[in-house]
Amino acid sequence: MTCEAWQTKLDAYADAELPAETMRSMAEHLSGCPACTAELVQIIQQKRVTALAGKRYSAPPELRARIRQQIEAKPARGGWQWALGLALAAVVVIGLGLAIVLPSRTAARNRLIAGVVDSHITALASASPVDVVSTDRHTVKPWFAGKLPFTFNLPELGGSPFTLDGGRMVYLDSRPGAHLIYGVRKHHLSVFILQDGGDFSRLLPTAAEPWRSLSFNVTSWSAGGLRYFVVSDAAPEDVSALAELLKRAN
Amino acid sequence: MPDVGKNAEFEALALPLFDSLYNFAHWLAQDRHDAEDLVQETYAKALKGFGSFRPGTNFRAWMFKILRNTFLTSRTGLSSSHTEPLEPGDEDRVLPVTSHTPETLVITQDLGEALQQAIEALPLASREVLLLADVEEMSYHDIAEALSIPIGTVMSRLARARKAARQKLIESGYARKKGTVARQ
Ligand SMILES: [Zn+2]
Repeated sequence: MTCEAWQTKLDAYADAELPAETMRSMAEHLSGCPACTAELVQIIQQKRVTALAGKRYSAPPELRARIRQQIEAKPARGGWQWALGLALAAVVVIGLGLAIVLPSRTAARNRLIAGVVDSHITALASASPVDVVSTDRHTVKPWFAGKLPFTFNLPELGGSPFTLDGGRMVYLDSRPGAHLIYGVRKHHLSVFILQDGGDFSRLLPTAAEPWRSLSFNVTSWSAGGLRYFVVSDAAPEDVSALAELLKRAN
Repeated sequence: MPDVGKNAEFEALALPLFDSLYNFAHWLAQDRHDAEDLVQETYAKALKGFGSFRPGTNFRAWMFKILRNTFLTSRTGLSSSHTEPLEPGDEDRVLPVTSHTPETLVITQDLGEALQQAIEALPLASREVLLLADVEEMSYHDIAEALSIPIGTVMSRLARARKAARQKLIESGYARKKGTVARQ
């Protein structure tokens, strides 16, 4: 398939609305095609700006109050027995309460993870993905000293299939963090390390849990007050193997 | 005796959507008072029709559908759909191929405002699909439900709406073609 053909699917891909099989083959194409990846980054950027700019109008509070009154004053439909209706309402409202809270939390978490994947894609698509280019963890780690309000350790890679490409500063959930880029065979992996708290600890689990977002494998965990993410289009086993190395180093 | 159960159930489902519905209404009507009327009428209609709401279908999509149908049959809605050019060969049309020179968004402080103007200028069919997808973050399935169009049409309209919005940003200097210098 030509790039033109792939690019007609990019919007649906960015929305994760393609069939699983197509999502996978698209991810494969993207990993070897900077042109399509650049297009994708633009769509994702635009989506994000639209999400913010589109929340433009807020309603007068009186309108909400008026509508609430309208609902509560509305006379009966149907001849339910009052007590039965009330009992049923309690059950329904409790059930609905959960149903409403859960998806919005999930949506918030998915947005957060999508932001992490976005940073991974954006960095790899840029002309210079890393600010400190080094395969030596003893060069990369000190580069962050003074730039970040915390410290961390990088794993020894000897005997593992991973290589360190370098690092850069990153902002996620408006807090500064370290972004490290690793390689495994033909794939890149991003490691993000930030202070835990806020949306991170509210929405994400402490113990590592695997997710897929836009056909990227993502895992995140928290340890010693720090929040870690590993993102890659590499196999989930590679992602968890690098996560293991990081956990052991810290 | 009021049917407390039904009303409480409706309130629990519908009231959390109030802010989203109002925002969408204002985007459609482009007027505060029309938007307020539109939202109030939407809630009244939805409460009345709540008995016919099928559990298992998406309630949010159902509310947006009522709002949008109410808008289309309102005076503003009728005039806006009349003055809008019909898009030729809209249904399931194959997407135009993306240009070979991708544009880059220049993130500036005014970008959000420029984008708002770009969305405002989009024809209704593009504006509504873009808002439901990117602001309301609805699935294509739910958008299809809310707009009463096939999923394939959601997909093609959305891709075109995003391109049109981006094109307007380029024209106003907020996005640039790759390799060219942005205007102020
Ligand atoms: Zn390509």
